[in-house]
Amino acid sequence: MKIENIEDLKKVREEAKKRALLREGQAEYKVTVYMGTCGIAAGARQVMSALLDEISKRGLNNVLVTQAGCIGLCDREPLVGVEKGEEKILYGDLTAEKIRQIVAAHLVNGQIVGDWVVHAERR
Amino acid sequence: MFYRTHVLVEMTSASLAFGSAQLKEALEREIERVGLQNEIKVLETGSFGAALPSPFAVVYPDNVVYAPLAIRDVRRVVEEHLLKGRVVQDLVFRGETERAVSEFFFPFPLAKEKRVVLRNSGFIDPLNIEDYIARDGYMALATALTEMKPEEVIDRVKRSGLLGRGGAGFPTGLKWEFTAQAKDEEKYIVCNADEGEPGTFKDRLILEGDPHSILEAMAIAGYAVGAHEGYVYVRAEYPQSIRHLEVAIQQAEEYGFLGDNILGTGFAFRVKVRKGAGAYVCGEETALLESIEGKRGDPRVKPPYPPQRGLWGKPTVINNVETLANIPPILLHGPDWFRSIGTPTCPGTKVFTLTGNVNNLGLIEVPMGITLRELVFEIGGGVRGGHALKLVQTGGPSGGTMTPDLLDVPMTFDVLTKYNSSLGSGALTVIDDTHCVVDVVKSFGEFFLHESCGKCTPCRIGNKRIVEILEAITEGKGKSEHLDELAFLGKHMKMTAFCGLGQAAPNPLLRCLAFFREEFEAHVKEKMCLAGVCSLKSPKKVRA
Repeated sequence: MKIENIEDLKKVREEAKKRALLREGQAEYKVTVYMGTCGIAAGARQVMSALLDEISKRGLNNVLVTQAGCIGLCDREPLVGVEKGEEKILYGDLTAEKIRQIVAAHLVNGQIVGDWVVHAERR
Repeated sequence: MFYRTHVLVEMTSASLAFGSAQLKEALEREIERVGLQNEIKVLETGSFGAALPSPFAVVYPDNVVYAPLAIRDVRRVVEEHLLKGRVVQDLVFRGETERAVSEFFFPFPLAKEKRVVLRNSGFIDPLNIEDYIARDGYMALATALTEMKPEEVIDRVKRSGLLGRGGAGFPTGLKWEFTAQAKDEEKYIVCNADEGEPGTFKDRLILEGDPHSILEAMAIAGYAVGAHEGYVYVRAEYPQSIRHLEVAIQQAEEYGFLGDNILGTGFAFRVKVRKGAGAYVCGEETALLESIEGKRGDPRVKPPYPPQRGLWGKPTVINNVETLANIPPILLHGPDWFRSIGTPTCPGTKVFTLTGNVNNLGLIEVPMGITLRELVFEIGGGVRGGHALKLVQTGGPSGGTMTPDLLDVPMTFDVLTKYNSSLGSGALTVIDDTHCVVDVVKSFGEFFLHESCGKCTPCRIGNKRIVEILEAITEGKGKSEHLDELAFLGKHMKMTAFCGLGQAAPNPLLRCLAFFREEFEAHVKEKMCLAGVCSLKSPKKVRA
């Protein structure tokens, strides 16, 4: 890719910045997939793959995906937490299809999907 | 591709020696085995600046440091941490410097650290030009080419007060101006990366961690003085620097930051890498030019200086790696910003490499004017093993010798000159009181004897005689007139040697002879080594 002028350079910089931002963890949403043995057994891997795929397809650059171990709600696994600032929403009983809808509703449009919320808190 | 986690592996020459390449391979293999290769990416980075036990890995965005990370533990880290999200606590780095180390990498730098030159090292993938662009890379070049005249670029560099970081401290802006004023169609930019001073490794880490910043600065220098070709002279002992530079040059050409018609402005600039064969004298700028021309690395007569007659007799700018790395931020943020760091006579930052008998080894970038006390005792964590500080050799053997009475002197080019010392390249070799000063000076002497090119008599014969006398003294064959003879030799070498190498060679000897006179005299008169290093009687051995 040849950069022809300073305007092009600025565009490339903005794109590259977004990618770097993700790596440095300064994103708007932090999505945690709980990947304890219980989570993995219930299908957390498929949820994770679908989540990453959906984020990638939509080109979201304000989302940070991380993972954690079991949080003690094994019968509601797979669980996914979505944090934004002080607000923390925990979704449960997820599937690959459900997480795609959460990406569209919550991460893109800011609408919490009430039906699947297990727990919500404001710190 | 969206990756949820990045695992950073430091790939410097030192880490490579500890097996960081194998670590990276093992990580990639294990990640693929558990099927996470589309979620997790392993990245190479330049130096993190902290001397962590190598090889090590940092997991982003979790900010977990595994150091050292043995190959046999890779599977556990991948299965537990990367797959299941459970940090492997017993492998997490918890050294004494834990606090300082985590602050090194992440958003809150060490209180005293100020990163200008190392702004990208350890944060970006040096082999990915877009990482550099994300952090305003090539923006200074673009601004210079589209919005500034060459004279304005020079004016900015002059007003910033940037002094050459190779050791001599000559104003960079003036160097550029002299070269710009020289009337010639053909001019050259040379980057001196022949870092040969023992104890110095800052240029290597800059080149390994942020090679694009050097290319960008060279292109800016080319635009400012009217040159279209540049050379980076790197010592062949730095294969990783050479590899990163070559990849960076290729990427910069692809993106159109090097080559013809850069950013559509019609300006053309190209950079080539030249490998040095490891002669210390080739760090001297005129010997370096001879070497690029394919001749024996002998220094030339000065004047004429390189800005008038340099490479192939054409006007040439020769700048050190660290000097060049300062250029893009100066253009982007302005000379006043640069002057707000450091001292009025010596603005900006300095990269110091801490080596020797000190707790925290590594490199650190701090504002000019910091004291040796802060560097050795706060940042360096004090002398290792609770010993007392004997001396700090600044800028390598050819630099200055700082004794404990000078711990509170601000470290700048101009102040250290007043104390017959020198900031040099920023190497700090801390030497504790278990060392014998005669032995230390002798080892420096042996280095210069080995590296003297033999062109001029004072350096060729002077270094030989100094080493002979020091050997005699350490073997108990010292005579009282030897000390005067050493001082005489040193003084005359300083006055009459042809180039900087021979002139600087006696520096540590003369300073130690003055400050540690009683140790030299004990060797000569009582045939006693106070530190018990030389094979002579010593007060310690008597007590035992």
